[in-house]
Amino acid sequence: MLTYSDLQGSRRQRRAEAISRRLFQGAALATVLVSFLILFVLFRGAVNFLSLINWDLSLLSDNGWFPRRERFDLRTIFVGSVVMGSVAMVVAGPLGLGVAIYLSEYAPARVRRIVKPVIEVLAGIPSVIVGYFVLRFIAPEIVSPVFNPATQNNMLAAGIGIGVLVIPIMASVSEDALAAVPNSLREASYGIGARKFDTVVSAVLPAAVSGLVAAFIIAVSRAIGETMVATMAGGFDGAGLFEGAYPTNRGLTMTAAMTNAVGGTDQDVGGPSFEVLYFVGVLLFGLTLILNVVGNRVVNRVREKY
Amino acid sequence: MALTTPAASGEDARKIIVASLHRRDRDVRGVILASLLLAATVATLVVLVTLLAQVVGESAPYLADRGTEFLTTPIGSDPDKIGIWSGLYGSIGIGIIVLIVAIPMGIAAAIYLEEYADQTRRSTQFILVNIRNLAGVPAVIYGVLGFIIFVKWLAPLTSGDTVIAAGLTMSVLVVPIVVITSIEAIRAVPQGLRDGGYGVGASRWEVVRDHVLPYAAPGILTGTVLSLARALGEAAPLIIVGAITGFLPETTLTEKFTAVPILIYRWSGQPQPPGSEFSFTAAAAGAGIVLLVLVLFFNASAIYLRNRFEKVRVGQ
Amino acid sequence: MTDKFDSRVIVDSGTSISDDGMKEQIRVNSSQIDTTPVFDLDDVSVFYGDFRAVRDVSLPIQSREITAFIGPSGCGKTTVLRCLNRMNDFIATARVEGVIRYRGADMYDSRVNSTEVRRRIGMVFQKPNPFPKSIFDNVAYGPRLMGMKKKAELEEVVERSLRGAALWDEVKDRLKESGLGLSGGQQQRLCIARAVAVEPDVILMDEPCSALDPIATARIEELMQEIKDRYTIVIVTHNMQQAARVSDRTAFFTTEVNDASDRRTGVLVEFNPTEKIFSNPDDERTEQYVTGRFG
Repeated sequence: MLTYSDLQGSRRQRRAEAISRRLFQGAALATVLVSFLILFVLFRGAVNFLSLINWDLSLLSDNGWFPRRERFDLRTIFVGSVVMGSVAMVVAGPLGLGVAIYLSEYAPARVRRIVKPVIEVLAGIPSVIVGYFVLRFIAPEIVSPVFNPATQNNMLAAGIGIGVLVIPIMASVSEDALAAVPNSLREASYGIGARKFDTVVSAVLPAAVSGLVAAFIIAVSRAIGETMVATMAGGFDGAGLFEGAYPTNRGLTMTAAMTNAVGGTDQDVGGPSFEVLYFVGVLLFGLTLILNVVGNRVVNRVREKY
Repeated sequence: MALTTPAASGEDARKIIVASLHRRDRDVRGVILASLLLAATVATLVVLVTLLAQVVGESAPYLADRGTEFLTTPIGSDPDKIGIWSGLYGSIGIGIIVLIVAIPMGIAAAIYLEEYADQTRRSTQFILVNIRNLAGVPAVIYGVLGFIIFVKWLAPLTSGDTVIAAGLTMSVLVVPIVVITSIEAIRAVPQGLRDGGYGVGASRWEVVRDHVLPYAAPGILTGTVLSLARALGEAAPLIIVGAITGFLPETTLTEKFTAVPILIYRWSGQPQPPGSEFSFTAAAAGAGIVLLVLVLFFNASAIYLRNRFEKVRVGQ
Repeated sequence: MTDKFDSRVIVDSGTSISDDGMKEQIRVNSSQIDTTPVFDLDDVSVFYGDFRAVRDVSLPIQSREITAFIGPSGCGKTTVLRCLNRMNDFIATARVEGVIRYRGADMYDSRVNSTEVRRRIGMVFQKPNPFPKSIFDNVAYGPRLMGMKKKAELEEVVERSLRGAALWDEVKDRLKESGLGLSGGQQQRLCIARAVAVEPDVILMDEPCSALDPIATARIEELMQEIKDRYTIVIVTHNMQQAARVSDRTAFFTTEVNDASDRRTGVLVEFNPTEKIFSNPDDERTEQYVTGRFG
């Protein structure tokens, strides 16, 4: 007969097992802590900001974003983000989707083997370098000659830059959505004599549509969250009058407003022009979180379906 | 043609079928679609090439003139004489801290979620969903987090806005990526391998250490390399944490810092001072080349590693 | 065999009951071992969540015998087998009701360490799963885990185990080569050698030959007969003839329609000496199965 102590295993092993489990669990729980801290830091700072301006919400709709003069027109930064994001999606949507459909449905294996890594290389390019590219090429050589804007740096040029940055994520998630469409669907379509155009347009794309929508939403989220290109090439240097939503005007995004709240030698830590960082942070975080949650939900639903 | 009598319909049918098989399909829409898609792909490639051409083009004469001095000189006010050493110091410091802090932590969290945690419980799913959300949070927000937590609250540990605080901030940013790629790598480990370990009485930790981790190592390594590339290329969080864009007297771990992407950010917008041969934007392009080489090297190695080890797995 | 890794035989005279109540029945004499069953299943049901996969299993497994579980697919034979070394622990929704005793101790008692259980009750799986290591390291893995470090000792254990699995002559010159380079049948014998190397009390085999060709199967069946005097073996097989050839006792399971859900619940129909099961079974369902009237 065996005793229970015989079946307990060695103490050393049990301790190693318990320690390793606790360590790994701690790491996993730390990620939850990070989320909590982000929320805490942002909300505490936002409340602090609002109290600094005495909860005078009228300051949030003054014309123009001049933090050092206590003008925090939310409309300015919101429109800035939306317009630049829209321009970015006008670029990244078709190009990203086009690349995805091409790679998924048309490209021969040889081409795929070259193009896919190239897209991944594009994905790795740091945003500052794209910002540099906008300043030195897209704005002066493309946007200015064609659109003749009032200033060289504007929402259109910056938006194009953001679009370039976002093409890879749009292409990659779209491609996943297309790959998730079972081949039997394509075969069924060809089997009744449909041509490639019909198969792609009428069979594959409709089946993948929710995944493509998810790709779009995720890409929008990235575009809104992009900071460096918007800061470098948006046209404003931290503050400005609301110029309207026309893309060739200058614009200030939520992200650029955040970097500008911090930058500069006249940093006023503790004052409203600095503390607005947290307030805008809450808005930005909330917006991107909603977009990401919706996008991820759709992606998961697509995965489950197949 | 009327297909009425069997004899007539037989021959006519044959003619119709042959004709339709031979018909040159004028599939206009198909051609247009295919061309558009190809154009999109080509356009994307062209964009990449143009970008690289711009960076290389503007930096080439500058780097040819400055040579390796560019890497060892600190920043200053005369583009003809500046270098990225201050930035390199900061970036390398950030990279090392990310390697030491974020990579083990991310791998540990992935091990917990895939090997130890009860997958059916909502709390496990919650942690996973939370990590996926963290991966989508804009980098600038991590900067705000790092500013409060590492620069302010943990000032005794980090000495304020220093490379250490920056490294820790980038670590937090990068952990979700490490976790997600490690989870994918661990999920690819065949169950039979674990069974074999458990079947001879190995404990869970022993199975992870001796079988799961070695098998998943290439995938985890890929994730590590990708995260490092990301950490080196981000500028926004560093601005919030307090990276210096102007004059930096010395580079230490406990004083103010800067990083290569910050230098690119700063110099891209600085006008050329009168009397200098080169512009700040040329220096920015030079720094850009260094950063690109670094980041692209990491990304390319990650892709190469992943492909190579996939072949080994499949071969086995 | 009473070297330090063998604790199957517990000879302990007169240990007092200690305060924490951990020690229960102590006094054991090695000559008595073989009459008490190694496993005793008492009214065991296994659930996956709310679904009862197999119900009311009561049977003893005798020492140094080969016991076979047979039955149509879905009857729960693998489920029951995996309970015998607590492999079902890894399925989050799995739950065992009833009592499974291993040499008198309730295996699912909270004091029992499942890793220790698996050290004593080894398992060979349906698809051969050698580690991506050398042949030597495959077999040496278990002993190394248990603390064996000296090269000479390890070499001895490896040779002994490989001989015990009838594989030594084929691989003795290529111990450093990868285990994955062997044929399917050799890989499975390597897995058996690996299991044997930790000197377990019991070896569980889950359809060990279903992925192998007939010749490799025959070799493994031969091996099972050779080693059964050292280990208690429980084998799940969907091949009735194999059970008839190889085992001493056979348990026949079948499925019945579950009224609650559409799924079928497994149930133990009959447990008898193999000869009886195949020539004169007690239950009609058994007879129908072994004569092939339903399969």
